Amino acid sequence: MATTTNPTLSTFADALDELGVALTRTTADEFAATLDDVVRDPAVGVPLPFDVTYPDRVTVDPTPAALERAATGVTPATFGVANYGSVLLPSTADGAEPVSLYPELHVPVVRAGDVLPDLPEALDRFGDMARTDGASTVVATGPSATADMGELVLGAHGPEAVHVVMLDE
Amino acid sequence: MSKGRGDKAAEIRRLMATEGSAIEANTKGFNRKRREAVAELDNYEELRTRAREIKEDAIDRLPELIAELRESVEENGGHLYVADDAADANRYVRDVVADEDAERVVKSKSMTTEELDVNEALEADGVDVVETDLGEWVVQLADETPSHLIAPAIHRSRESIADLFETVFDPADPPETADELTTFARTRLGELIRDADVGMTGANFVTADSGTLALVTSEGNARKCAVTPDTHVAVAGVEKVVPSTDDLSPFLELLARSGTGQDLTAYVSLLTPPVDSPTLDFDDDETPLSERESDREFHLVLVDNGRMAMREDEQLRETLYCIRCGACSNSCANFQHVGGHAFGGETYSGGIGTGWEAGVESLDSAAEFNDLCTGCSRCVNGCPTKIDIPWINTVVRDRINRGADPEGTDFLVEGLTPDEEPGGLDLDKRLFGNFATLAKVGSATAPVSNWIADAAPVRWALERVAGVDARRDLPEFRRETLVDWARTRTATVTDPTREVVLYPDVYTNHVQVERGKAAVRTLEALGVSVRVPSVPSSGRAPLSQGMIATAEEHAHDVYGALAEHVDAGRDVVVIEPSDLAMFEREYERFLADAAVERLQEHSYEIMEYVYGLLANGADADALRAGDGHEVAYHAHCQQRTLGLDAHTTAVLDDLGYDVVTSDVECCGMAGSFGYKDTYYELSMDVGEDLAEQFSTPETRDRTVVASGTSCLEQLDALLSRPSRHPIELIAP
Repeated sequence: MATTTNPTLSTFADALDELGVALTRTTADEFAATLDDVVRDPAVGVPLPFDVTYPDRVTVDPTPAALERAATGVTPATFGVANYGSVLLPSTADGAEPVSLYPELHVPVVRAGDVLPDLPEALDRFGDMARTDGASTVVATGPSATADMGELVLGAHGPEAVHVVMLDE
Repeated sequence: MSKGRGDKAAEIRRLMATEGSAIEANTKGFNRKRREAVAELDNYEELRTRAREIKEDAIDRLPELIAELRESVEENGGHLYVADDAADANRYVRDVVADEDAERVVKSKSMTTEELDVNEALEADGVDVVETDLGEWVVQLADETPSHLIAPAIHRSRESIADLFETVFDPADPPETADELTTFARTRLGELIRDADVGMTGANFVTADSGTLALVTSEGNARKCAVTPDTHVAVAGVEKVVPSTDDLSPFLELLARSGTGQDLTAYVSLLTPPVDSPTLDFDDDETPLSERESDREFHLVLVDNGRMAMREDEQLRETLYCIRCGACSNSCANFQHVGGHAFGGETYSGGIGTGWEAGVESLDSAAEFNDLCTGCSRCVNGCPTKIDIPWINTVVRDRINRGADPEGTDFLVEGLTPDEEPGGLDLDKRLFGNFATLAKVGSATAPVSNWIADAAPVRWALERVAGVDARRDLPEFRRETLVDWARTRTATVTDPTREVVLYPDVYTNHVQVERGKAAVRTLEALGVSVRVPSVPSSGRAPLSQGMIATAEEHAHDVYGALAEHVDAGRDVVVIEPSDLAMFEREYERFLADAAVERLQEHSYEIMEYVYGLLANGADADALRAGDGHEVAYHAHCQQRTLGLDAHTTAVLDDLGYDVVTSDVECCGMAGSFGYKDTYYELSMDVGEDLAEQFSTPETRDRTVVASGTSCLEQLDALLSRPSRHPIELIAP
């Protein structure tokens, strides 16, 4: 894992740590090998808008039935929000939203350069995309959780674990 | 009348016994975490100010924003319907569901659909409606109503949920732990969502510029409901519309923090429907997601149902700024003990619930629980949009009073209690609201008045006729009032540094005369000349009963009596925190701006004033030193809301007292509340929390001091040792 002195990235790392979310940093070249270590089988993913290749273990562009069977879903994150450890997950026509939601482990992939300091900054960028392209996103912060059953339980309807993979350029 | 009171007392007793402990643990936890979370936020007040501004602007421009939103939604390919009322909204939703030939609708949590009774409307058409929020599902299975704005099943313990699941489903291996219960629910609901035809959600915010819905959730069920079926219906009150996506961040940063103390909930969906996500059919093992249809139907139903009228209503309008975080419930001592099933109407509960019920249901529905707001104001600083919730409750109370049947007019009572209120006003309210008149008569005829008041037949009659609980000790009126005493005594200050008017509130003047004398001695010892003129009562008592016109009369009289002193350069020093709070907060509603500013600028709480004198060089040796004297201090709720409690602890610390403070929101008394037979037991139950804090090994031998009259009376009822005002501790 690369070390950094970039304050935004170290804030992001600290926030994820506090949420109990794992973070693995990697490069485009190392991406397939890194992801191979992170995912649980069976794993599915949606095409990533980065110059990387998926390991063979991950079924890219799965059918709904394959999605339902999957233990891991890999999706792109448009932005990271450093102070909260959030990731912005786009809703796309290739199914990034359900792939990020249904499997028990979610692996968002975010570029280091897309980690923004705070929520207003991220929403500012999102706003333009919503107004011009009708974009949708989910600001996801940690795993799904509920306290309705008497104490905090992770993995209510959504994933019980999140593992962020960050691409260093 | 008295039968009604008894029924209500019994219902409160039942809820305290059955739901109280789960509610108390949960709300107190939320409240503690909220305080910690906002304390960590550097720009908390800035965010509140911004959130308030956005709401004010949005509600002001609502018709225009709805028109803009319509364009945005239609441009995206969705439909917008503005429904006049519940029947209209339900008709539209039923049509959409019927057009889809839908057999099952899956829903994520939405108070607005609770308000409309959408589930019942759809079920009447034979549609299976499933709540997917785990708490909401529990409530649905138990055939109950939500007991909290954001935590619908907050009143249920883990054990009672386990029992419920076992009864309803009779599973082979009944789930017990929170993990097992969650897995059980997730599995069941997952199957139901899988085959659902329509997904229904609410919306926390809707942006006019882009047609984006913000859905704030933790579980992920709203996401599943919105994107799994091929039709999405979102239902929201018209007040949820904000101008643009740029406006979302202050609300999102405040919402979870205010509600549960989290930074953000796990998921904030910002959907600009119809979304691009492909529809899901989990039986399909042929078509990759990218090749599936994403031809989604989207309907946004904006519900008026009284809101546009609230917008025109100068007093209820603020209710529309509510973002439904539940902080007012969590910070409310009464709510912490009874929850939303007592502290709620048809749909909405908690502090802001009365405003909602009065606006979207009826005054009758609001009247069911309006009295549970004691006006302690502990919710005020926690509201992310700075709504004056106690004021809304007072306004609603006033309207309930005025809506009361005028046939019961009792001219004798009208004559005895010369207030500005309608004839039908409840006798108990009239009695408490005119406490100042009562106190005047009481002192004039003391001690006979006290003997009579305490005589068994009189207590019985007071309880039967006016609902004054016989278990509560009545205040003992003093023959010599503070004003009388001050008139006949010779001042001890020859060369005063300052001159003050000590405000003789009703209790200090007629009942707690000793604390008034202690205040005079303290101020004089610090070189201040003190006058104690006769000044009318602040109007707090009638205000508490919702008698706004009477309270306003008092405000004018008080200002009239104090203005010449202020003009003469005298400061006004107030002992009773609830009266100072009246000057600081409610008088803004009654007096001209310049008048209220002048009064506020020159008014101080007694310990705040002592603090100021000491800080400006007055000689602390003139006061009684603490020498390590161990003290347990309970600050008055309104004093804490105004941030004035720290002065008392600072003065006591400086003088060498060893102080521990209580951290419960309120003693449970709040003026007349604890006297009323309907609420006596709740008042004592709330008070128990304070009693416990002052009965631990560390605190049980400490001298108890409290700032407010109500707090002192409640502490005297709860503890075997006496309590007094801090000024009595330090007075020479």
